[in-house]
Amino acid sequence: MSNHLKNLKLKIWRQSGPTEKGHFEEYVMPEISDEASFLEMLDVLNEGLIGENKLPVVFDHDCREGICGTCSLMINGQAHGPERSTATCQLHMRKFKSGDEIVIEPWRAAAFPIIKDLMVDRSAFDRIIESGGFISANTGGAPDANLIPIPKSVADAAMDSAECIGCGACVAACPNGAANLFTAAKISHLNLLPQGQAERYKRTEAMVETMDEYFGSCTNHGECEAACPKEISIDVIALMNKDYRKSKLKNRKEISRS
Amino acid sequence: MTITLNSKIPAGSINDKWNNYKEDAKLVAPGNKRKFKVIVVGSGLAGASAAATMAELGYQVDVFTFHDSPRRAHSIAAQGGINAAKNYQGDGDSVHRLFYDTIKGGDFRAREANVHRLAEVSVNIIDQMVAQGVPFAREYGGMLDNRSFGGAQVSRTFYARGQTGQQLLLGAYQQLARQIGLGNVRMFNRTELVDVVTIEGRCAGIVTRDLVNGEVVSHSAHAVVMATGGYGNVFFLSTNAMACNVTAAWRAHRKGATFANPCYTQIHPTCIPQSDPTQSKLTLMSESLRNDGRVWVPQNPDETRPASQVPEAERDYILERLYPSYGNLAPRDISSRAAKRSVDSGRGVGPLKNGVYLDFSDAINRLGKDVVEERYGNLFEMYERIAGENPYDMPMRIYPASHYTMGGLWVDYELMTNIPGLYAAGEANFSDHGANRLGASALMQGLADGYFVLPYTIGNYLAPMLNKPIPGTDHPAFKEAELAAQARYQGYVDIKGTRSPDYFHREVGRIIWDYCGMERTQQGLEKALSELPALYEEFQKDLRVTGDAESMNQTLEKAGRVDDFFQLGMLMCRDALEREESCGGHFRAEYQTEEGEALRDDEKFAHVAAWEWTGDSTKSIRHKEELNFEAIHLATRSYK
Ligand SMILES: Cc1cc2nc3c(=O)[nH]c(=O)nc-3n(C[C@H](O)[C@H](O)[C@H](O)COP(=O)(O)OP(=O)(O)OC[C@H]3O[C@@H](n4cnc5c(N)ncnc54)[C@H](O)[C@@H]3O)c2cc1C
Ligand code: SF4
Ligand code: FES
Repeated sequence: MSNHLKNLKLKIWRQSGPTEKGHFEEYVMPEISDEASFLEMLDVLNEGLIGENKLPVVFDHDCREGICGTCSLMINGQAHGPERSTATCQLHMRKFKSGDEIVIEPWRAAAFPIIKDLMVDRSAFDRIIESGGFISANTGGAPDANLIPIPKSVADAAMDSAECIGCGACVAACPNGAANLFTAAKISHLNLLPQGQAERYKRTEAMVETMDEYFGSCTNHGECEAACPKEISIDVIALMNKDYRKSKLKNRKEISRS
Repeated sequence: MTITLNSKIPAGSINDKWNNYKEDAKLVAPGNKRKFKVIVVGSGLAGASAAATMAELGYQVDVFTFHDSPRRAHSIAAQGGINAAKNYQGDGDSVHRLFYDTIKGGDFRAREANVHRLAEVSVNIIDQMVAQGVPFAREYGGMLDNRSFGGAQVSRTFYARGQTGQQLLLGAYQQLARQIGLGNVRMFNRTELVDVVTIEGRCAGIVTRDLVNGEVVSHSAHAVVMATGGYGNVFFLSTNAMACNVTAAWRAHRKGATFANPCYTQIHPTCIPQSDPTQSKLTLMSESLRNDGRVWVPQNPDETRPASQVPEAERDYILERLYPSYGNLAPRDISSRAAKRSVDSGRGVGPLKNGVYLDFSDAINRLGKDVVEERYGNLFEMYERIAGENPYDMPMRIYPASHYTMGGLWVDYELMTNIPGLYAAGEANFSDHGANRLGASALMQGLADGYFVLPYTIGNYLAPMLNKPIPGTDHPAFKEAELAAQARYQGYVDIKGTRSPDYFHREVGRIIWDYCGMERTQQGLEKALSELPALYEEFQKDLRVTGDAESMNQTLEKAGRVDDFFQLGMLMCRDALEREESCGGHFRAEYQTEEGEALRDDEKFAHVAAWEWTGDSTKSIRHKEELNFEAIHLATRSYK
């Protein structure tokens, strides 16, 4: 095999529980191949730790294809590491040089408490969706799917936003720990579609207010967009803000009418 | 326990069965639904859709997943699309044709009545998902776009870029989230089912382990739905997400649920070949690529030129040559074996000579790079990221990998296992795909089961239980199961051997892949059945799990899952050994035509093999459900 082998130094955050104090631990990672993914490199490290009767490093991952949004590592201070629009699991060791020191940390955000080592609890994202990130359409009785034509450009724009994988890199990258990119991506997916109009303002109001309950506020740093593995455009935040302002008027009008 | 496999197929012609069933099914009045508790294990397409719909109807629903959020289920990774008999393209599609294609694709080893129902409700799925805001691909006029998939001569596949599973799952997840927000569903994340509890012959609930703190807890219910996905990770390397496992289905099996056709596994033809020994999983390249990509290998095994410099006359377009009428869209099992044979004959491509080309240069010349990018851009990017090569300039290299499992918990027409009150939906059951699943039909089946079948059939079981008490979690059967589960997990920690769960997983996977993979022989299977028990014994003596059972411990989670893979693996080999014919994904080298195609034996094997647990999977008992074909004539499957 023509693979290059690399020697690396790893500095990894270890923390045995949510309320425990954490610290960095250093590891030497000899001879890792270019073809290995970043998480496979951690697999190799963990196999070695088990071999030495030590505790392996806990980290979240599942699909390893960049789609489930489970992986979540801060690599040298960058959410998901150095490669643009790439989730941690899709990052390969060919992006690193032999002799590099790599610092690996969990997402750090008040709304994402650490469970253990590099694993955090992102259920605050679920709370935002539960508050309004849906179209209320009970099963059964839906009209024929081609009844409402949707211009391709609209469907494409909705899809651009719908691609969010819910990883939380935007929050981790934000100096304020804000979840505006995540929330706005979902709002813009649903608010752009004809099917999403009925609940447009109610949805926006509920989701923004739930977001504010858990997360910090946005001061337009733009770090979120740079960290996002799915290249969700920061423009969605403008749409969310516009709809939120309107929601205040709309919803109030509706209340006064009823 | 005596096993009866009553498929409960309703009376009437194939077109009327589902309507007849619905008309006769017992109903629970809306006001009474709140009196019933239903547990749904799994929040993939099947679980999320079932849970959301049952909650909308008024049942109390508890949902469990080992993921940190229901949105992460493996369904999220499906790329290519979802089938439905909408005939929007006016190209001759119909419910009957989808039904026929599915039965034929499954090599005549599926139950007609279930498959017909699947084809019928397929059209409702698309309507439902569009109403929920799934951004399917559109044509410029605003209508839904379709493409074709392997094993079909019509365009009936709906898609959302290369992320159809993601968009469908997010749709179902959002519907579930709405019910969670309304307080109709209680959601248990990072919670793994570790046992199923039966009391007086019916399923009374489950036992779970909290993955964060190791706590083992019982939950009782009127009915339990297993929507826990497939077992393709038994091979270690597969396209499944890392955490996919068989534990839920296997624990139900050990409590009396029969496990059907475990040897029916699907090897997907288009995955990126392995490049390194540390590799942890294989990545699928969507089958939709075969719409425009052409599969070939060099004629000459010693070919060293780059693909673009190999002249046309020295290329072998294997699928176009062997299957002229379906060409590159031949079904998965057939395409996979063709690739395997090319590589086995020394004509493989790439540094390890372990792949075949999937070439887009014709499509780029014909359609332009823009159109190809529009269709497959994100898949091309994904390929480049992993393989480090640009598919616009060099053909992709692909090779088959474990992808989907047709086998699973045996269920009747109502999707109930042979344990009353225990249901199985989605990939976890065996019901609709026979010996081979067609592309884009798993998403369809998961959503059909969850949205349109279970919510009806479960009422038929619950209605007579109205106002009758059910055993609570203080029942001794629950306590016993809790203690057994605690002992099991503590047991792994206490072995204190020398080898990690991953080591054993790789080893089981290698044996199963070599002897129970794309091609099986009596000799190989017997070899596997002698090697596996020995390795399993080693696992039980030499496993090492560091840490404890009372906190987040991913090594321990893995140990439990690998244990169950061992037991399942032995059953797969036995099932493959006893099925002395070739059909779909089950290819026994002894049973093939002169041209190397699968040779079925309808006289002896037109049945489902449903296995009963006896305490040791090498001694399980094989039961049969005969398959009767009334609407379709059994025919030799030909894609020539
Ligand atoms: C890479 C890839 C691409 C695919 N592409 C397509 C495609 O284009 N079209 C198509 O039709 N099909 C496709 N498939 C197949 C399809 O995605 C799956 O068959 C389908 O999504 C399975 O859905 P499910 O709901 O049955 O299970 P899953 O989505 O696998 O969900 C299982 C759920 O069960 C939970 N679970 C499992 N065990 C336990 C336990 N013990 N305790 C608690 N929870 C548990 C999990 O947490 C999860 O929530 C693809 C598959 C792969 C691997
Ligand atoms: S917006 Fe981007 S970074 Fe944020 S959760 Fe979604 S995919 Fe991740
Ligand atoms: S593990 Fe699924 S996105 Fe990285």
